[in-house]
Amino acid sequence: MTNAIDVSGLTKAYGDLRAVNGVSFSVPEGQVFAILGPNGAGKSTTVEILEGHRERDSGEVSVLGLDPATGGRAFRDRIGIVLQEAGVDKELTVRETLDLYSTAYTHRRSIAEVIELVELDEKLDTRISRLSGGQQRRVDLALGLIGTPELIFLDEPTTGFDPAARRRSWELIQGLAAGGTTVVLTTHYLEEAEHLADNIIVMAGGKVVAEGTPESLRQNASTESVIRFGLPQVDARVEELFEPLHGKAQGRDRRIEITTTKPTADLAHITGWAVARGIELDGLIVESLTLEDVYLRLVGEDA
Amino acid sequence: MSRDLGILWRSIRAESRIFWRSPVGAFFTLGLPLIMLVLFVALFGNDSIGHPEYGDITTAQFYAPGLGVFAAASATYTNIAINLSMRRDDGILKRVRGTPIPPWVFLGGVILSAVWVALVATIVMLGLGVAAYGVELELDKVPAMIVSFVVGTICFATLGVALTGVAKTAAAAPAIANATILPMGFISDVFIPLDDPPSWLTWAGNVLPLKPFAVSFTDAMSPFTATPGFQWGRIAILLAWTAVGGFVAWKTFRWEPVPGAPKGRRRRNRSAVV
Repeated sequence: MTNAIDVSGLTKAYGDLRAVNGVSFSVPEGQVFAILGPNGAGKSTTVEILEGHRERDSGEVSVLGLDPATGGRAFRDRIGIVLQEAGVDKELTVRETLDLYSTAYTHRRSIAEVIELVELDEKLDTRISRLSGGQQRRVDLALGLIGTPELIFLDEPTTGFDPAARRRSWELIQGLAAGGTTVVLTTHYLEEAEHLADNIIVMAGGKVVAEGTPESLRQNASTESVIRFGLPQVDARVEELFEPLHGKAQGRDRRIEITTTKPTADLAHITGWAVARGIELDGLIVESLTLEDVYLRLVGEDA
Repeated sequence: MSRDLGILWRSIRAESRIFWRSPVGAFFTLGLPLIMLVLFVALFGNDSIGHPEYGDITTAQFYAPGLGVFAAASATYTNIAINLSMRRDDGILKRVRGTPIPPWVFLGGVILSAVWVALVATIVMLGLGVAAYGVELELDKVPAMIVSFVVGTICFATLGVALTGVAKTAAAAPAIANATILPMGFISDVFIPLDDPPSWLTWAGNVLPLKPFAVSFTDAMSPFTATPGFQWGRIAILLAWTAVGGFVAWKTFRWEPVPGAPKGRRRRNRSAVV
């Protein structure tokens, strides 16, 4: 299988800030690829370099066999970009907007086809200023699709959507991938990446801190479990509770979280300690790490 | 190429729609200069005024072409600068840059639609002058008017694109546009007929672009100038400014919003009078 995207050793600095610091990854054709990470992780800069919006400092980048920095019009004819921050002229109707942009593409979809894909049929002759926020996002998506792109970049495609609209967008994205379109999406929603992506990279501090399928990311950490409970106001010395544990304890506002590779032994110790003192532990649960736990640790933020 | 012309045509149409669907911008560009013509004629009467360059002409014969030129300059320079900088802040220019639409086609659409608006504004102005105030046109000198108009509007459109490059945000653009074009209006035989001004003001007016545009256009309508009425010296100054504007635009124009630029400024927000 050939790769739609190959990136190796990519760097980009803004002054002293190394926004992207040695990033490498590949995206096979026809895959849905998710880039996860908190604000400032470098994911926007990375994607903008792939889109040709920004020039890199160093590294190799190949997108659809072209260098986005020099690919020019032929390159942009084959990609679709759906950026949250890219506006549209609100004085125009949906039809006028689609008509304006579609002319620029070699392999353009018909307005009827694209409008059905994003389910805006009845708004075709409405000015964009009169559309709801969610409907305007669907115009964005329609503009990304109008050129029948081989590769589409989606920047947080469902932020602000209600759950039903998010489901429908997911179905649309899966439909695109099934039709052979490569999809690169950035998202804050782990659930979204888990649901849609064939492969995920997690970025933090300008670097790729983890990559793999959603399943493999979870499995890498699955030797660990989390014990959670609430500690009531007690006079007892809590050192006696925490010191003998195998795992690592963290607490905030009396909510305790213990990450451990020996959940059985640690749980026995905790419950024994509590029973001996006649304390009821509030909301006690044991669970294996969720993808969210994995993610939050990777990007260095506590749950 | 034929596809580019197709995009250009759609782009001109889209730009024009955007303009006419924004009533505030349309009012300032078209309506305000008309109101000024009506006011000036009402205030000063439509008797002959002795003007050192144009001779003994009526108030309307002086003001109709001058304000027509001013409307044309504002339809190109001010409108383009405000429009483009606002759309840059909104990320619309960034979107365009991510499509196969060539930059020259997009900017060509912006400029040509502004020239079209300028043409409408000037024709309406002259129409009012001819119909209501007895302004005279001489067919022999119409070619000179056309040359002056085409060169002048392209010049001011280019300067509008250049100003978009110089102004970092949409908040700065109208301020700079008004702060440049309004003072120019006073020393360029547009708002008042200058009678023996200080020589440095005459010099400044002659070197800056508005007066060459206004005088070459107004002269071509004056009953006292000789046929065919071309003013190649003034046209040369306009062409020089077009080159300057083109160079500045080429060096400074950005498609991306500056980080932190406020979005959603879709109102035609004008800080000063015109």
